[in-house]
Amino acid sequence: MTNWLHHIPILIVAVPLISAPICVLFTFGANRKAAWLWTLLVSWFAFLCAIYLLNHVLENGEISYHLGSWKPPLGIEYRIDLINAFVLLIVSGISAVAIPFGRLVVDREIEPDRQILFYTSYLLCLTGLLGVTITGDAFNIFVFLEISSLSSYVLIAMGVRSDRRALTAAYNYLILGTVGATFFVIGLGFLYMVTGTLNIMDLSDRLMQLADNKAVHAGYAFIIIGLALKMALFPMHVWLPNSYTYAPSLISIFLAATATKVSIYVLLRFLFTVFGFSFDFIPLTLTFIFLPLAIIAIFFGSIGAIFQTNIKRLFAYSSVAQIGYIVIGIALSNTIGLAAAVLHIFNHALIKGAIFMAAGCLVYRVGKLTTDSIRGLGKEMPWTFSALVLAGLSLIGIPTTVGFISKWYLLLGIMENGWWPLIPLIVIGSLLAVVYIWKIIEVAYFFPAPPDRAPVSEVPIELLIPLWILIGCNFYFGIQADITIGIAKEAATILLDNRP
Amino acid sequence: MSTELVIALALITPLIGSIGIFLCANIPNLRETITLLSAGVLFTFICFLLHQISNGQNASFRLFEVIPNLMIAFNIEPLGMLFATIASGLWIINSLYSIGYMRGNQEEHQTRFYICFAIAISSSMGIAFAGNMFTLFIFYEILTLSTYPLVTHKGTPEAKAGGRRYLGLLIGTSIGFQLIAIIWTWFLTGTLDFTPGGILSGKIEPTILPFLLALYMFGIGKAALMPFHSWLPAAMVAPTPVSALLHAVAVVKAGVFTVLKVVVYIFGIEFLSSTGASTWLIWAASFTLLASSLIALSKDNLKARLAYSTVSQLSYIVLAAALATKLSILGAGLHIATHALGKITLFMCAGAIYVATHKTEISDMDGLGRIMPFTFIAFAIAAFSIIGLPPFAGIWSKWYMALGAANLGLYLIIAVYMVSSLLNVGYLLPVVARAFFKPLPQQLQASGSKSLREAPLLCVIPLCITALGCLVLFFFAGEVIDLLRPIVN
Repeated sequence: MTNWLHHIPILIVAVPLISAPICVLFTFGANRKAAWLWTLLVSWFAFLCAIYLLNHVLENGEISYHLGSWKPPLGIEYRIDLINAFVLLIVSGISAVAIPFGRLVVDREIEPDRQILFYTSYLLCLTGLLGVTITGDAFNIFVFLEISSLSSYVLIAMGVRSDRRALTAAYNYLILGTVGATFFVIGLGFLYMVTGTLNIMDLSDRLMQLADNKAVHAGYAFIIIGLALKMALFPMHVWLPNSYTYAPSLISIFLAATATKVSIYVLLRFLFTVFGFSFDFIPLTLTFIFLPLAIIAIFFGSIGAIFQTNIKRLFAYSSVAQIGYIVIGIALSNTIGLAAAVLHIFNHALIKGAIFMAAGCLVYRVGKLTTDSIRGLGKEMPWTFSALVLAGLSLIGIPTTVGFISKWYLLLGIMENGWWPLIPLIVIGSLLAVVYIWKIIEVAYFFPAPPDRAPVSEVPIELLIPLWILIGCNFYFGIQADITIGIAKEAATILLDNRP
Repeated sequence: MSTELVIALALITPLIGSIGIFLCANIPNLRETITLLSAGVLFTFICFLLHQISNGQNASFRLFEVIPNLMIAFNIEPLGMLFATIASGLWIINSLYSIGYMRGNQEEHQTRFYICFAIAISSSMGIAFAGNMFTLFIFYEILTLSTYPLVTHKGTPEAKAGGRRYLGLLIGTSIGFQLIAIIWTWFLTGTLDFTPGGILSGKIEPTILPFLLALYMFGIGKAALMPFHSWLPAAMVAPTPVSALLHAVAVVKAGVFTVLKVVVYIFGIEFLSSTGASTWLIWAASFTLLASSLIALSKDNLKARLAYSTVSQLSYIVLAAALATKLSILGAGLHIATHALGKITLFMCAGAIYVATHKTEISDMDGLGRIMPFTFIAFAIAAFSIIGLPPFAGIWSKWYMALGAANLGLYLIIAVYMVSSLLNVGYLLPVVARAFFKPLPQQLQASGSKSLREAPLLCVIPLCITALGCLVLFFFAGEVIDLLRPIVN
């Protein structure tokens, strides 16, 4: 038994990977429901594995798993510490609640003969994201990043009911995503050229002596830009709003909650574990490049969100802003700031997961998502809209929600660094969130329904349960935050351990 | 019954009431019975707690640890006890009045009204019993959110605009300033517990103390310090029972109560007065006090006039807190009680006039005193109390606050108090004078005074009770001072 558990680190990636081609086999019976069930089982399996790994890491410290028993740095190593165990939990957890939500919406949005291929691509995307997170090998990160990206291009391109705008959105994402991946791999090439290794721990050790090497500097720049593209940091966010807007609902939920977060995790790894503070350009880039971009992202994203008329696009812009908050936490590079960033990766996944689920419910019933089409729907779909409002409060950062906990730690981190001018900026950012959330509340609750619209009924309970599970999490981890804060602080300490 | 259990019960009684109200939405009589019943039960609990605390007992309990070392915690202390007693006691009277008013006006959405009202009272209890600034802040926000549907009750564009300003200013200031102040305090001291003597002493440079104080004072938007006062007049679009209980008692008193809590338990009176960090606040509050009294003079709409009068009266309390002497703090606490009784009476009178005659402008109220004698006599009593004439309660709080200023030798502040009392005379007494001494307009006389009479009994009785309260409190003000005395020693 213990023997089997020992292999969990590889199983959490291998099982979704192998199950993807198996899923294709369901096309022979054209059994859509079986494909869904299969995806559900795999997601739940991955979730259980992630819980096990997190528990294991919390109790016994980090895990180093050697693929095929080849010792690193020659063999590929899967290395799990608190940070990526946490991210694994986020990715698989969101998948585990999103798939139960997915059956009805996928049935509604994707043509029947494509559904099985849809689930196959989804499994590949899940594999990619889990793989990026778990691996301790830099080239492996690239491979998995591409697996997840390629499958998400396909998934986005399917669009809601073959919406043709999804094609251009996916194409844009394809081009920019590929540029990002190319930058990343070129950067890796530089590092490999200088150090001759791809194992992250080994890289970290060897780079320590190469602080003045120009090739290392170039590699660093390439990697950072590649990752900034993948995580949609302003001004490299242009692929994000359209992709989230036109993707099928299930994909919007999954990608909005996890995809950019995984890239942020990789950025954390490279900034703090691979390079670390022996490079004096790290604090420089953090303060003079990331921090200004993050501030602009907050304002650009929030103000952009205010002017959107499509609800999914509105929240896509808000995602650009939220990435800004996370990056500010990283740029602070003190324990509390980094903890705030890690915490917000988790908290924002809960918030945006819930919000895009509510948007999925709206697509399911109303179809169109313009602010006009939801007029007066607050009374007709009370559960969906109250969930949307609660998630919105969490996004603003009202106390007792997870969004509040994130803001609390972010502001503490800022005070610790004494960067007082940032505080009003964060506050104004939150107030801008009030404005765009309020816009939706006002339309849904206070505007009369258009007289020519047929009555709309609430979505089936099958959609409401996952939605409200996420809302529940938003409040549970807002009131009992010591678990997540404990993990985030520990994770921040691990990241900063590399400090000389 | 343990005291802790009673605190918890006091918090959840209104919530259980709101569920009952929801379930009985279709049986109005039963629904209103539930409101009255929960108000009665709540008041019983509060009286029990009052008894406990006057016996010198203390109690506290904790719900969750939100983040390490930061709890959702509750305890009882004199100031909170006073606030809870006022809010819960007046809830009973105001519920009677609500029934008369809402039915008399045939308002819609009455179930939603009573539910939100009960939730607002529950959050007021949370504010009163909060054991630390964080808990208080949570209930402060819930109070804002739960009163929003009450402000926009009528659903008219005007109500929506008022509601937007209400929510925008209260949420904006609380997130923009108060929350920052709270996090800053936490950053400096690592605690947010309400501690006698304050927690900031020695933890902060005296030079930046005024900034922290400013973040708190402007962040507590419910205390309506200018320039963040305009939500209060905007909230007057609400039905009058809401204006009466929430915008004369629960919400605004929650604001000044928070101000006192912050000054007494976060900053500490001695620390504040020794550093002089609150000097600017003395002048800011004095300005608000006089300016809003002058604006009140210019308002013809009765509720708007009362709203500006409330803004002015709230600044009495902020001013007293800024003086940071023992006497002025006691006076401020007492003023929470005396002003609550007086102002709720005035609002109930305004509502009764509206129910009976549908008049809102003071210039239309000529001669009404002879038709509605009880209402206008109650109005006069409450006006005397607010002006500070014996034998009504208002004089004692002004007395203590002025004594506090005299102790510091700030004679200009005493002048501010006195000038403002004259302004109170100027904007409150003309209403009474018009009603009693001017003749009824011709067309009203023509239509016959039969169509005009007192508002329904359920409207008139409550306002007579609270007017009587103004008189009774004059003789029992000493008890309140005795209750409050431990907070300054």
